[in-house]
Amino acid sequence: MSKIREINTKLNSKEISAVELTTIYLDNLEKTSSIIGSYISTTKKEALAKAKMVDAQIAKGEEIGLLAGVPMGIKDNISTTGIETTCGSKILAGYKPIYNATVVERLYAAGGIILGKCNMDEFAMGSSNENSAYGIVKNPWDLTRVPGGSSGGSAATVAAREVVFSLGSDTGGSIRQPAGFCGVVGMKPTYGRVSRYGLIAYASSLDQIGPMANSVEDCAIVHDIISGYDRLDSTSANMKATSTLAALTKDIKGLKIGIPKEYFQGDEKVLATIRKALAKYEELGAIVEETSLPNTEYALAAYYIIASAEASSNLARFDGVRYGARDGSKKDVTEMMSGTRDKFFGQEVKKRIMIGTYALSSGYYDAYYLKALKARTILKRDFDQAFAKYDVLITPIAPTLPFKLGENIKDSITMYLGDICTVTINLVGIPGITIPCGFADGLPVGMQILGKPFSEELLFNVAHSFEQNTNYNSFKPEVAINE
Amino acid sequence: MNKGYEAVIGLEVHVELKTKTKIFCSCTTEFGGSPNTHVCPVCLGLPGVLPVINEKVVEFGVRTGLALNAKVPNYSKFDRKNYYYPDLTKNFQTSQFDLPICEHGFLDIEVDGIVKRIGITRAHMEEDAGKLVHSGKTISSSYSSNVDYNRVGVPLLEIVSDPDLRSSEEAKEYVDSLRRILTYIDISDCKMEEGSIRADANVSVRKIGASEFGIRTETKNLNSLKALQKAIEYEIERQIEVLEDGGVIEQETRTWDDEQGITLAMRSKADAHDYRYFPEPDLPPIILSDEYIEEVRASLPELPESRKKRLIEADGLSDYDANLIIADRHLADYYDQVRKEISDGKLIVNYLMGDYYRELGEAGLSFVTSPVKPEAFIELLQLILDKTISGKIAKEIIPIMIKEVKSPKSIVEEKGLVQISDSSELEGMILEVISNNPKAVEDYRAGKGNSIGFLVGQVMKASKGKANPALVNELLKKHLC
Amino acid sequence: MSITKDNVLHVAGLARLDLSQEEVARYEVELNDVLEFMEKLNELDTQGVEPTTHVLDISNVFRQDIVEASSDVEEILANAPDREDDYFKVPSIL
Repeated sequence: MSKIREINTKLNSKEISAVELTTIYLDNLEKTSSIIGSYISTTKKEALAKAKMVDAQIAKGEEIGLLAGVPMGIKDNISTTGIETTCGSKILAGYKPIYNATVVERLYAAGGIILGKCNMDEFAMGSSNENSAYGIVKNPWDLTRVPGGSSGGSAATVAAREVVFSLGSDTGGSIRQPAGFCGVVGMKPTYGRVSRYGLIAYASSLDQIGPMANSVEDCAIVHDIISGYDRLDSTSANMKATSTLAALTKDIKGLKIGIPKEYFQGDEKVLATIRKALAKYEELGAIVEETSLPNTEYALAAYYIIASAEASSNLARFDGVRYGARDGSKKDVTEMMSGTRDKFFGQEVKKRIMIGTYALSSGYYDAYYLKALKARTILKRDFDQAFAKYDVLITPIAPTLPFKLGENIKDSITMYLGDICTVTINLVGIPGITIPCGFADGLPVGMQILGKPFSEELLFNVAHSFEQNTNYNSFKPEVAINE
Repeated sequence: MNKGYEAVIGLEVHVELKTKTKIFCSCTTEFGGSPNTHVCPVCLGLPGVLPVINEKVVEFGVRTGLALNAKVPNYSKFDRKNYYYPDLTKNFQTSQFDLPICEHGFLDIEVDGIVKRIGITRAHMEEDAGKLVHSGKTISSSYSSNVDYNRVGVPLLEIVSDPDLRSSEEAKEYVDSLRRILTYIDISDCKMEEGSIRADANVSVRKIGASEFGIRTETKNLNSLKALQKAIEYEIERQIEVLEDGGVIEQETRTWDDEQGITLAMRSKADAHDYRYFPEPDLPPIILSDEYIEEVRASLPELPESRKKRLIEADGLSDYDANLIIADRHLADYYDQVRKEISDGKLIVNYLMGDYYRELGEAGLSFVTSPVKPEAFIELLQLILDKTISGKIAKEIIPIMIKEVKSPKSIVEEKGLVQISDSSELEGMILEVISNNPKAVEDYRAGKGNSIGFLVGQVMKASKGKANPALVNELLKKHLC
Repeated sequence: MSITKDNVLHVAGLARLDLSQEEVARYEVELNDVLEFMEKLNELDTQGVEPTTHVLDISNVFRQDIVEASSDVEEILANAPDREDDYFKVPSIL
């Protein structure tokens, strides 16, 4: 019982109560999350309280919504009132937000049951979930490998069936890459589609919250709940709400798929799996052609400059004055701030703060930051040209299979290079969805589908049609207990 | 004492805008309030929050730009100014860097009868910081400090002048003129004592005739016009002395110590001038249409300089009188309202600024808090003009108008200072006389016109001689026909 | 452009990071690696190209000037590392 519709039917028909369901999930989560490391904190009390409310609704004979009673995990950089929100960092140890992120408000209102706060790379900086101050996350398919990052906990918990869906955040691939590595569906919506209010910012112009689940349909259901205009987020797109769920027609005949050749470099096993998936699309009536995004090679540098620069400013507020940890040994406020920040930020975070500070500092702004913003314009043009010809673009989600824990952590550049397939999408603000498209060496391979801004309906349908004609999402890792 | 030097002064004036809410959140901007009660997640910069621009702040920025003869560009944006200080909640200040809300304006000031044009470099929107309360007597003797964030996020406009000022008097006059304009356009209370307007002064000196500027210092914390003048004078003298002794001026930030009457170098920070500005990613740009800008322009009130011109040219006031009237927007508006009914401007000024002003002062009131409405003032002047009362009697009436909030006419009547010319007051007596004298009434109606004389006499008797006979006659005829 | 130890210390000062000796040495190496990696951008011709700061083409997102309730002071101070009365308390400012 790990699909939203199935749960909804059983709750409505009183085959199971929300409390019973929640209890089963909580019990199993306790067993497997200790192996995988998927959670920073769990919220049994809140979960049961919310489940009781759903049961009360059912008892009154009210028709409950699709998400009512559905167990979920929330990435630990998304604010939850009264529930510790650490961003995977020691600097926020013990910090309990006094407000809910807009997405959390919407999920609560829909009856979603929060089981806990998912582990993540500290401040969402990382691609392997080895940068968390609260322990690494292991890939449920192979406990010696990384789950990807930074939403590693959110991806792993869905793959391990600990929850039905989770929320992640994606600044340079942080939803899509771990979804790919863990064999689940993950959606990064168009920048502005989902409110960022309450998402602890890494890079404000790139960050976007999105859903992760075991099926395209479940992802679409969650997407429809969390998306839409929010007056609290000035960068939120003020446009009519869409129903991606209603758009899942499975009809993709005549769909024009572009294959950007720059993204097809890397592990041949990965590429072969993607090519097989493309053949499936042709079989379903789509037209598949090779195309080019010629400036792709500049994306990683532009991304790391922009993301680090924004991060250096966004993370300035963590200074030990108003919330979070403080280095209490210092007698002067400046020393206290510097001591707190050095002591409680992890290495990768400090490094990016240093890079970003340098890139914005006097004399270097034009050479780094401004140059990167211009590169962003050029990259945008690449995509505009491609989308003039193609409805969607399909790429691998990463050049490799999930790598071994510890394999890349010592070498930032290698780690950064692994983000080649994902970062450009954030720089240009378009939506991207990852779906499992096969296995290689017993490990999941993820395929990324990209579309024009605000083409989520199309993307979900393209993903759904593939999923409905294959069976990759019917497999689950051995560690998983729930069906 | 200038030893052949001249001062070059530019001012950065921070003005707190008179909005109800803060610049990026809906917290109140009300002054005071117990510590940390006017804050919310947004102005506290809690992790995950986002700013949303208060539309009034933009409007006030545009108003100011137009009132200062500045260009209001169609495209403007916010930037982050990054620096660490515990009175900030995000360790950056959301401000404007290269594309402010307005640029290239000017302001005319008058010192010793000479009008001088002072350039306005720019004005930009930004957020205020919180307040630090130190445990010790001075910052440096404190073991700890307490922070109140109520002021964080209160909208500010920083107005930067060109280095066109040459003396502390000019600087004072500039701030005065600026304050006058800003209160006229109603964007700020400009109360120095509440910190709603404060200035930083950039001061340098150079040999008269030199074309290059000297090295400047920036003096902060100037919270009164007096402090501004004194600090500038102190800096000029200090710098001349340093140069005369063969020294060099350090480019530094100084602070004004009001108690000692000196400026002091603030602890120099190596990073003080690397603010790492970059465009605020959380706020989309501001794009103002020409139509919008013109709409705001059309809504501006008449500004002090133009009013002054009108008072002199159209109303025939002296320069001195005109300056008195325009000094305060409320007074100028009051004058204008009275002027609508009373064409003699000089008479208005004489009474406004003479007895009335003095009596207000004695009652502890001002033009703003005075209970005397323009209508009452008009009435007073009309009584004088139609010779109902003399100027001497007017002097008697004014304090009563203020203290008892009565109309001049009622005071005149109460005190028996004039005959009764109020028909409503006479009405009762007339009806009574008519009903008490049926014979005379009948005679009059029968055509004996002279019997009305008897009736008028009866009314005069009833009013103890104060009734206006002509009016009584007229009213009687009306009732009897 | 290559980063010296002094650059590292200067940047760490700007960023309020009280780095240990060992960290300074490490970041000197790592920052140089990363910046070298970023040099790639220099190959890109950006002549006449406008920078993109916002990917969405939106502007004039404003709020009306209407007061809403502020937060409760106890709630706010509950997360404070240190407080005195209703103030946030910090070590002395030198």
